[in-house]
Amino acid sequence: MDAIILQILNGLDKGSAYALIALGLTLIFGTLGVVNFAHGALFMIGAFCAVTLSRILTWSYTVIDETKTDFLGNPLKVEVPYVHGLFGQATGDAIIDWAVPLSILFSIPIMLFVGYAMERGLIKHFYKRPHADQILVTFGLAIVLQEIIKYFYGANPIPTPAPEVFTGSFDFGAMVGFEANQIIYPYWRLVYFGFAAVIIGAVFAFLQFTTFGMVVRAGMADRETVGLLGINIDKRFTIMFGIAAAVAGVAGVMYAPINSPNYHMGMDFLVLSFVVVVVGGMGSLPGAVLAGFLLGILESFASMSAVIDLLPGINQIIIYLVAIIILLTRPRGLMGRKGVMED
Amino acid sequence: MLGLEKKDIRILLIVAVLTLFAPFILNPFPAGSGWAQFNAGYPDLMQRFVIFGIFAIGFNILFGLTGYLSFGHAAFLGIGSYSAVWMFKLLSMNVLPAIALAVITSGLFALLIGYISLRRSGIYFSILTLAFAQMTYALAYSVLTPITGGETGLQLALDDPRVLDGASTGSNIPVPGIFGLEMRSNSQLEMGDWVFNLSTGYYFSGIIMLLAFYLSIRIFRSPFGMMLRAIKSNQQRLNYTGLNARPYTLAAFMISGMYAGLAGGLMAAMDPLAGAERMFWTASGEVVLMTILGGAGTLIGPVLGAGLIKYMENILSKINSDILHTWFAFLPDGLEDFVVSMVYPFIGKGWHLTLGLMFMAVVIFLPGGLVEAGQRISRIFKRKKTDETSKKSTTTEPAE
Amino acid sequence: MSKSNLTRRGLLKTSAVAGAGVALPTIFTASSAAAYTNEPTGSTVTLGFNVPQSGPYADEGADELRAYELAVEHLNGEGDGGMMGTFSSKALQGNGILGKKVEFVTGDTQTKSDAARASAKSMIEKDGAVMITGGSSSGVAVAVQALCQEAGIIFMSGLTHSNDTTGKDKRANGFRHFFNSYMSGAALAPVLEKMYGSDRKAYHLTADYNWGYTTEEAIKSSTEAMGWETVNTVKTPLTQTDFSSYIAPVLQSGADVLVLNHYGGNMVNSLTNAVQFGLRDKEVNGKNFEIVVPLYSRLMAKGAGANVKGIFGSTNWHWSLTDEGSKAFVKSFGTKYGFPPSQAAHTCYVQTMLYADAVQRAGSFAPCAVAEALEGFEFDGLGNGPTLYRAEDHQCFKDVLVVKGKENPTSEFDLLEIVEVTPAEQVTYAPDHPQFAGGALGNCNNGA
Repeated sequence: MDAIILQILNGLDKGSAYALIALGLTLIFGTLGVVNFAHGALFMIGAFCAVTLSRILTWSYTVIDETKTDFLGNPLKVEVPYVHGLFGQATGDAIIDWAVPLSILFSIPIMLFVGYAMERGLIKHFYKRPHADQILVTFGLAIVLQEIIKYFYGANPIPTPAPEVFTGSFDFGAMVGFEANQIIYPYWRLVYFGFAAVIIGAVFAFLQFTTFGMVVRAGMADRETVGLLGINIDKRFTIMFGIAAAVAGVAGVMYAPINSPNYHMGMDFLVLSFVVVVVGGMGSLPGAVLAGFLLGILESFASMSAVIDLLPGINQIIIYLVAIIILLTRPRGLMGRKGVMED
Repeated sequence: MLGLEKKDIRILLIVAVLTLFAPFILNPFPAGSGWAQFNAGYPDLMQRFVIFGIFAIGFNILFGLTGYLSFGHAAFLGIGSYSAVWMFKLLSMNVLPAIALAVITSGLFALLIGYISLRRSGIYFSILTLAFAQMTYALAYSVLTPITGGETGLQLALDDPRVLDGASTGSNIPVPGIFGLEMRSNSQLEMGDWVFNLSTGYYFSGIIMLLAFYLSIRIFRSPFGMMLRAIKSNQQRLNYTGLNARPYTLAAFMISGMYAGLAGGLMAAMDPLAGAERMFWTASGEVVLMTILGGAGTLIGPVLGAGLIKYMENILSKINSDILHTWFAFLPDGLEDFVVSMVYPFIGKGWHLTLGLMFMAVVIFLPGGLVEAGQRISRIFKRKKTDETSKKSTTTEPAE
Repeated sequence: MSKSNLTRRGLLKTSAVAGAGVALPTIFTASSAAAYTNEPTGSTVTLGFNVPQSGPYADEGADELRAYELAVEHLNGEGDGGMMGTFSSKALQGNGILGKKVEFVTGDTQTKSDAARASAKSMIEKDGAVMITGGSSSGVAVAVQALCQEAGIIFMSGLTHSNDTTGKDKRANGFRHFFNSYMSGAALAPVLEKMYGSDRKAYHLTADYNWGYTTEEAIKSSTEAMGWETVNTVKTPLTQTDFSSYIAPVLQSGADVLVLNHYGGNMVNSLTNAVQFGLRDKEVNGKNFEIVVPLYSRLMAKGAGANVKGIFGSTNWHWSLTDEGSKAFVKSFGTKYGFPPSQAAHTCYVQTMLYADAVQRAGSFAPCAVAEALEGFEFDGLGNGPTLYRAEDHQCFKDVLVVKGKENPTSEFDLLEIVEVTPAEQVTYAPDHPQFAGGALGNCNNGA
């Protein structure tokens, strides 16, 4: 019983990550109809915003410590971050410690700009081109972005820890009457879950309750008619693209403490996010979120050792297996609209 | 001739001549010179050109004609390879039964996966094929290790039964061949400073590619091919006329799966090892990119795309900074270092960057892929000709 | 800097019957003229350095390449000579190998067996490399080793830890300096017993592929031998990035030790996740919960950051060793590149030296002669104490390091501290040990 509760909890968290990544993709792919293979790269750039900010915060000058030696026997060079000088050691360390949450503020303008530049500079010219061309150009772009990051940051994962206060885990089981340590959950993942809920809610509210959102939704349904009404839908789509990039970016920032960012993390998530979007159904934001949670929970169940013993290898394929079953029983995924990318 | 139109005969002949003389065309630089780095005429890479050419030709039959974008075609390549290696292990080192089994098993898998996936169209179809391929990959890499060799790949061993070949003689693993002619045997032809490799394996695969290419022309020009094109242009209309498109698309899917299996079998015949990575989604993506890069729906495009990607992967990645320094050694020191540092991010370990930039450049400037580049060039020549002729006789108008 | 090999066709030119400058085609099949594949006949010899330059292990590959360049420099008599001065065999003169200047070609394995073989083949077929070395995974090592066996080339593997490389997939033309899963288990178990006691319950998370299987088996059997109980072993997919659903049930199982049979990105993520779950602050069965990472690599430990602190594992070599060989190597590597070498770099450097030395002693580049010189070769001064290249399976037997993540690192390279140097006898096993069963070395192959 407690094992199942634990995996549901796990699944919700995994699912919130999937939902968040898929949400950005579905704004571009499910609604603007652009097959964006560079979406994973946007997620990756977001994570590297966190890395960059913590690099900036730990930007240091060197002090030579004569009492210690480095590996070659020379006096040890100790790096002292500038923030120590600016704010004093304690405050400085606290700022460095909070680099990841601070990166959210840092990443939003960057990601909005990246999204804007991408749409204006490249994607705009591909709305009317075949999907195959979109794949080729965005895949090329993804590789280029990835290689640029690799050039500057190397190929190894870079540790990007969450603030000190979030280490350790919350004993959920003890609270509801189980034995201690039976159902525990890391604080940072709870934060991630809450954060994802807020972002998802904000995007929905924005599309549902603002005039801007209404126009965009109308434009998704019938772009030409909205254009005929004299509304500049292109400009709004550009903004949507920027928002999608920002959503992917903050998802990446918050994910950095869970998986140390590396330059190819985007490609690792790319296939998965496509699967989530399509299982959710093309053109449906709630569908993408639902599919994210569903796949997250099922994946967590499949990783239980009792399940693996029963069906060896099920944890390797569960996501794809579920995707196949859903797509065969529901032709347009969970909540897909008719006619979106069906030909 | 051969049931082809004149235009198609010409294409087939061009491809045949290119295949025959590839060892010479691909080795344009003398062996000792600095430019020899760019020579691609060594057996392994030439074999890869034609094998991936076959893979892309097959993929194009499905994607180019019907518009169905399969994102899991590498699974059939992998299945073909595994079948072929198993045939080497159990039956004989002769490549013919191995390739035959590769085509048959991948055909059966394609039938099964196609039958299920083709119930959906568009992106839903793509994701279904992707899901099947990823499942095949994941299982082959892990729980199916006893059958597939897992991480290290399926390899030949000294104690394999090889029923037809009899007990293994000697203490070395035999190599694949065709009736005693080893696939790896290679003759080198020297002409002055130039060295050319005439590899048995290459010519064997080359002949198979020509057959595969011929077959694909026939399919393109057949009523069946017309039907597939009709599906691409408007499936609904086709349905309204009372035709069921499914059997046609399924046949196309199966044929292209068998092409992939053939390529996989040939890969194993050239190099008897089958690894699970060749079924990963990036491998499926690669054949999509090859086809689009060359020009989807054209006969020769996919082969060109396959060649270009494999060339970049194998030649560009091997250039290191030392080689750059020898190239630019003629420059003054400071300038040399500067030039090398400018070029370095694009070669060697940065070869992916160049690949990505190339994808973008091609799709932005040449919407029809490499084939369009060829057409544009030939158009320039034609225009010159027509210009000349129009000067002579004012009655003829330029074609465009 | 060594120049790239531009005259690699020397061999072909000389072996062809030169018809007084007439461009008459002279055909020879590979089997007729040369005594063995890619026999170097000019004044240079070409080695092939096949390392991952793209993909997750690109940084490790870059470090391997640095080590190779350094080794080539030393072989050609440039630089400070590095470990050539401390190496117990004094055959190498610093004038190349057998008087031939060493040149090299590089390639990208992409950590995929297909790509690695393609790259190795191009080195053999196009560049005339007489030896291939490098790589950062067992899958690649086994695949390239088999290729070299067929082609008649010596393969000196880089980083490969699976038992299979010198177990069921061993080949006569392949040689491994790196240690293996069995050795990790044999070296770790006594230290773990000393630190954590003999009454422990272990929970294994294992990467679901060959290397993971052999490591799990090795650690399991050696910890069980000293009294530990294995509560559960769970396989995790290679492509997994978030291990939370595998780690969450660990505490429920009643285990008090978590063994992470993961490498590279998997290891970084699973360890980070486990620490995030606060497992190390927990107390189970009245004991502190502990985590063990059987195979450590400093480069990868860097990716896990502060999470490695206090966690035990084993490693092939570490730059803080104080023997003369290690000191000489760290000095010449550090002087050239500004940071200490990784264990991958060390293995690759040593493999190049051992190959060159074997050729020198054999007096020939022929693979069979080189193999004979390496088989049963005992040496010292290359960093791991007295070492034996065993003839039966081409595995090196030498001291293995048990290390622990350092609590107070003084620099970004100072992540691991050596807890114990396990002597070679303790990690030596019989060639027919069940964990290495199956497969046959075969005979060395000189190729054409």
